[in-house]
Amino acid sequence: MQAINFLKPNRDNIKNYSIIGSFLVLVSLIDVISNAFLKINLTSFLPGSLTTLFPLILGLIGLNMMRIDYSGNQKLDFLNKNINTNNFNALLTLLILFSIIKALPQSLSWMIFDATISGDSKDACTGTGACWTYIKVWFRRFMYGMYPNEFHWRINTAFILVIALGFVGYFMKENLKKYLALYYVIIYPVIAYLVIYYLISGGSFGLQWVETGAWGGLSLTFIVSFFCLIFCFPLGMIFALGRRSNLPVIKYISICYIEFWRGVPLITVLFMSSVMFPMFLPEDFFMDKLVRVIIAITLFEAAYCAEVIRGGLQSLPRGQYDAAKSLGMGYWKMHIFVILPQALKLVIPGIANTFLALVKDTPLIFVVGLAELAGMLALAKTNPKWLGFAMEGYIFASIVFWIICYAMSKYSYNLEAKYKTER
Amino acid sequence: MNNIIKRFIPQILAILFVVLIFGFLTLNAQTNMDNRGIDFGFGFLSQESSFDVQFSLIEYSGSDSYARAFLVGLLNTLLVSFISIIICTILGVIIGVARLSSNYLIKNSAAWYVEFFRNIPLLLQIFFWYYAALRALPMPEKANAWFGVTYMTVKGYYIPAMVWENLNVFLYCGFAAIISIIVLRNYANKLRDTQGKQIPVLFYSVALLIVLPLLSFLFGGVSLEFEIPELKKLSKISYIYEGGISLPPELIALVLALSLYTSTFVAECVRAGIEGVSKGQKEAAASVGLTPNQVLKLVIMPQALRIIIPPTTNQYLNLTKNSSLAAAIAYPDLVLVFAGTALMQTGKAIEIVSITMLTYLTISLTIAAIMNWYNKKIEIKEK
Repeated sequence: MQAINFLKPNRDNIKNYSIIGSFLVLVSLIDVISNAFLKINLTSFLPGSLTTLFPLILGLIGLNMMRIDYSGNQKLDFLNKNINTNNFNALLTLLILFSIIKALPQSLSWMIFDATISGDSKDACTGTGACWTYIKVWFRRFMYGMYPNEFHWRINTAFILVIALGFVGYFMKENLKKYLALYYVIIYPVIAYLVIYYLISGGSFGLQWVETGAWGGLSLTFIVSFFCLIFCFPLGMIFALGRRSNLPVIKYISICYIEFWRGVPLITVLFMSSVMFPMFLPEDFFMDKLVRVIIAITLFEAAYCAEVIRGGLQSLPRGQYDAAKSLGMGYWKMHIFVILPQALKLVIPGIANTFLALVKDTPLIFVVGLAELAGMLALAKTNPKWLGFAMEGYIFASIVFWIICYAMSKYSYNLEAKYKTER
Repeated sequence: MNNIIKRFIPQILAILFVVLIFGFLTLNAQTNMDNRGIDFGFGFLSQESSFDVQFSLIEYSGSDSYARAFLVGLLNTLLVSFISIIICTILGVIIGVARLSSNYLIKNSAAWYVEFFRNIPLLLQIFFWYYAALRALPMPEKANAWFGVTYMTVKGYYIPAMVWENLNVFLYCGFAAIISIIVLRNYANKLRDTQGKQIPVLFYSVALLIVLPLLSFLFGGVSLEFEIPELKKLSKISYIYEGGISLPPELIALVLALSLYTSTFVAECVRAGIEGVSKGQKEAAASVGLTPNQVLKLVIMPQALRIIIPPTTNQYLNLTKNSSLAAAIAYPDLVLVFAGTALMQTGKAIEIVSITMLTYLTISLTIAAIMNWYNKKIEIKEK
């Protein structure tokens, strides 16, 4: 019986098996690590493809030996439960571990150990690694576009002011809180617009005029997404209410609006704003390209916003409507005091997701010639002094956007969890 | 009386508002076009386009009409969407199931995959693949063969082309196989309902799908040959592969970016769907004596699919719309060929942009209509 049990570990021979198994896994890991980091092939005596498969086979046998149900050893049980429930799982575990180990030294040496960051021209980059000098030299361009260097403080000040104004709601006095919605929907956008217009555009108060063509980089991404958000929210609310209205004309106008914008890609909307829209404006009426693009994206995102808000309106129980009506409230009174406050609270995570999509969509304005981050990268990439650093540029931009979007998505998850428990 | 006013005044105002806006815009467009001497009309569609398209599924040259150029663009859009949808579904299902795995490493790598690819703007991903990753590939003369016959080079991916003889016989056979499978399924269902007998439908279906086309090779005179790409010297330093099919790097970059990006959303749909089926369902099905396979097929999957399919179709729709980003890397899709090159040449901004938008709108609304119909069909009928 003992002989048959040889490959079937159980509680009787736990000690032998767990030790031999972990030893085999360790050997396989050492083999892979030495292969990847030190470039030493420990198993070069083996023939052909067996060399590459050797650690995998060894590790599989080892994990198989370690797989003992209810072994009594807490650490071993924990390991088995989490990474080693059956042979297939063990194989996947090993594959993931090995590929991480194999990829690590290459990417680390490219990104950190062999990379260059000193110097201020292309000549500094002689190593085999990444050339972060490129990012360092172009950093201001990536952030502020072609905006003149000496005026960058204006953009910074404007952003700080706008963000600070956004937090005013938190510190409002209790008796002013009822005007909060009014503040955010009407007053705040107007003030924000004035701040950005007078500070970033300039032209008065002794500030030099900077045309919108020079705006760019990440700050343009923020400006576009900020304005689109604050304008698309009220517009979306109107169409959401319109779609749920019992007046047929208003209902169908809203449906047409929403379905039209949701059915077309943003890039065609941008094309429309840049080549078709000027044809529909009165003669000698000039509208800046940036303004046209912001209007186009606002109209586009308002449709998505409307659907999110409609979801919130629909999820309210009918009793809320009936109760409000039985108190003698009219349509507007009912919506402003009973329905919308509850519905909007429900849709905050959804709105956050729409905003996330909006931020991810802003690089698209590059196709109509506005140079935000992706546009600046394209410009920098074709600069004859800095050819051949596309990889570094796109990795940098990806990291920047990833951090922004990841933070936003985590925040919206938190909001979702928070409002779920409150209901 | 009061009620009637309350109902009608807002509606009339809304109509007036819409009419005014449209009237204002049309009037402006009219005067603008008169001033610039442009006339409105779709006559240009039949004119000679006189531009070339780099990659096209149908025969196309500069002497063809703008309408045909439109068709070329549309087909290219559909091609890239179709390939990406297939790849993103496969990836999405694997990642979605992996997120529910009991294996700590698999679960977390899948979660990080989703977080990673979902939070980088699609345009940046497309640029990354096209300008950074694919540019690092070898030149044609230095390329190593993948699977022996395909070559991944900086100029594109070269794969063998299939040369068929009597293709129609083969297609008829495949068609016949599908019809017989449908008949077989109906028969099996009938047998199960009336006599309670089970026959292995899946096994028979696969056998039919293999055997019938195989017969066409043996007796139908069908033959298949592969045209393998071969390296050819153009000049001293320039090489190219001839024969076979060449997939341009734009297409590859686009498919990679679209399918990796959308697969994260599909994975989330799949995960939500499987998590959405309550555990009690599985236990109840097992306790009435169904085998694990039957539990999966008859109880879990129908319910999970009901949750998975609607949002997934939405993602496919998004993917098709996102494929218009192709214009940014010069893949000749609908937007680039029609709203780009054709618009530059004709200057018919209003007509061309409207046609392009209407095309996308038609695709979206058709799929949305099918989805609504499907949702109604699979809806749980409560008493």
